[in-house]
Amino acid sequence: MEKLNVFASRLISKKEYFAPGHRACQGCAEVLALRYVAKALGSNVVVASATGCMEIISSPLPFTNWRVPWIHVAFENAAAVASGAEAGTRVLVRKGKLPEKKTVFLGMAGDGGTSDIGLQALSGALERRHNFLYVCYDNEAYMNTGIQRSSATPFGAATTTSPAGRAQPGQVTWKKNMPEIAASHNIPYVATACSSYPFDLMEKVKKAAAMEGPAYVHILSVCPTGWRIPPDQAIAVGRLAVETGMFPLYEVVNGKYRMTLEFPEHRPVSEYLKAQGRFRHLTPDMVEKIQARVDSDYKRLKAKEALEELH
Amino acid sequence: MADRVGVEVSIAAAEAVKMAGVDVVAAYPITPQTHIVEHLSELVHDGELDAEFIPVESEHSAMSVCCGSSAVGARTFTCTSSQGLALMNEIVFIAASMRLPIVMILANRSMSGPLSIWNDHTDVMSVRDCGWIQVFAENGQEVFDHVMFAFRVAESRKVSLPVMLNLDGFVLTHVIEPIEYWDAASVKKYLPDFDPINRLHPDDPVTMGAFGMPGIFTETKKAQNEALISAMPEILKAWDELAGITGRQYGPVETFHSDDAETLFCTMGSSSETVSLAVEELRAEGASVGQVRLRLWRPFPFDRFREAVRGAKRIIVIDRALSYGGPGGPVAAELRAALYHEDTAPVITNFLCGFASRDVTVEDYKAMYAKALKIPKEQARQEDYIMYGVRE
Repeated sequence: MEKLNVFASRLISKKEYFAPGHRACQGCAEVLALRYVAKALGSNVVVASATGCMEIISSPLPFTNWRVPWIHVAFENAAAVASGAEAGTRVLVRKGKLPEKKTVFLGMAGDGGTSDIGLQALSGALERRHNFLYVCYDNEAYMNTGIQRSSATPFGAATTTSPAGRAQPGQVTWKKNMPEIAASHNIPYVATACSSYPFDLMEKVKKAAAMEGPAYVHILSVCPTGWRIPPDQAIAVGRLAVETGMFPLYEVVNGKYRMTLEFPEHRPVSEYLKAQGRFRHLTPDMVEKIQARVDSDYKRLKAKEALEELH
Repeated sequence: MADRVGVEVSIAAAEAVKMAGVDVVAAYPITPQTHIVEHLSELVHDGELDAEFIPVESEHSAMSVCCGSSAVGARTFTCTSSQGLALMNEIVFIAASMRLPIVMILANRSMSGPLSIWNDHTDVMSVRDCGWIQVFAENGQEVFDHVMFAFRVAESRKVSLPVMLNLDGFVLTHVIEPIEYWDAASVKKYLPDFDPINRLHPDDPVTMGAFGMPGIFTETKKAQNEALISAMPEILKAWDELAGITGRQYGPVETFHSDDAETLFCTMGSSSETVSLAVEELRAEGASVGQVRLRLWRPFPFDRFREAVRGAKRIIVIDRALSYGGPGGPVAAELRAALYHEDTAPVITNFLCGFASRDVTVEDYKAMYAKALKIPKEQARQEDYIMYGVRE
């Protein structure tokens, strides 16, 4: 696909299923990701959204940005609500109470709603093998409530609950590997994506939606407000995350890992870190530590890619 | 109608859910609710019930799945008790505000701690203000009948609210009683197909669960309360039509020898039947005593309750929950408030008993009656209550 990028934009639908006029911050790459997801899925979709930025910017009663059926119930249960909608529709079709219609059931949440408070509901829905797609828009902190740290916040990043203090310089733990956790449920499809790579993102979402059974797509969603970068740098910083190996793009199809975008050589992580205010306090030691971790994590990922299909 | 059969109440409840043509059951096991969901899963696995049984990983997800399935227009059921209700609490409130007609059986059990699996009403009282229609059953037959009633009322387009059917854990769930099942024709006549006003479907996109800014939030709350209050005519109609089918007439407030009685017991749930026996014995001994049984807890039947107790000099309220540091029992508090502006308000004495299934016998209720007669009005204030039988 990457070789056809020059034509790819012409193949993308011009229709928008997430309407303009939302209330996201300037330069929000999360709502951009959401727009691409909606574009990729089209109109035959039912969306269950968690509480969070994407919910709050799109549904101030009595208005909505959603041109497809959409439900929000609470913060930690998007996967459970999506699984209920999927099962309810399936039984109604089976009983002849609804006509058959190929519909994608999408559960979506941020990194907090996925890897922290919503992890149990997601694990349950994946384990029960509902035919649904779950998308995590990962902006690496609780941005909606004011940039508090989550388990997806990267090591060293300053947030309002992991501030760059004299005793503890920012986040002291490493980012939870949520795609790996999803993949451990032995589901048909897991992928990572980033809104700086829109065609790759949409292709993965389409592939995920076409799978029978649960699929999980984890999208790094640059947040200029929380990452302390100028709004016009969101796409560039997303690219740096991938180009430095901080956020590798890959997919896991029926247990088989495959890198979807690789570089002859990664750029140093310092380029990514220096671009963002949340990392401005990092010492050379800490940058080195992060570089070492990124290198070893990437090696492990490549080792998995080398494994034969397990399932 | 079929013959009466001896069956465990939980099994009968599950059979009623099956006969109601449920589409989705989402539940997590908790004592004493388990026999109901076990039987439903058996029915699904044996191919006797065409429904999705979703064995979720928690009660929070149970209610969340129910929200999703109800929103797409599936007839939806769940069942829980105490801690499970507490865990799903957040979503219980949301289900009502989203007007999702989910039916839930609450097998009433004590709230921890200390941990107790046994029966009282501390769980349901924790969600008193959640916005659900809340009814109580006294015996197995009432449970069966009220499963049909619950779906019928919840899904009525004039109501579209979730319904919680309370039955006492163990005392009802685990006993075998003679129960008359409905025949299929009666169910079909009484319970139309679920035809929601809105459903999540690509053919007609709707947004459900939008958030409310302060400029509109108050209006949504007023509208929700109006919806719950104006469910009353549909509730009454559903009971009247149920009487036409079964011959059993239910009402929001039911009475027993109350017309001429100076003293009235007021009860809710299965203890009502024991109190009825006490009332009969006391009357045989010459006491002027009767009974008022609250079946409908929300929306609270203010008019019917005031009518039922008019002329009584004393009301003995049996509570099976405690409002710590507050007015004693929650039922007594409500009843006192309901009668505050009456010209001749009766003296209300409040007995708290039957916590965690501790036995309360006919003799105990008779003893409460004797004790209540001796309590002067000034010692029956809002905060005065007697925890019957407690070892101090």
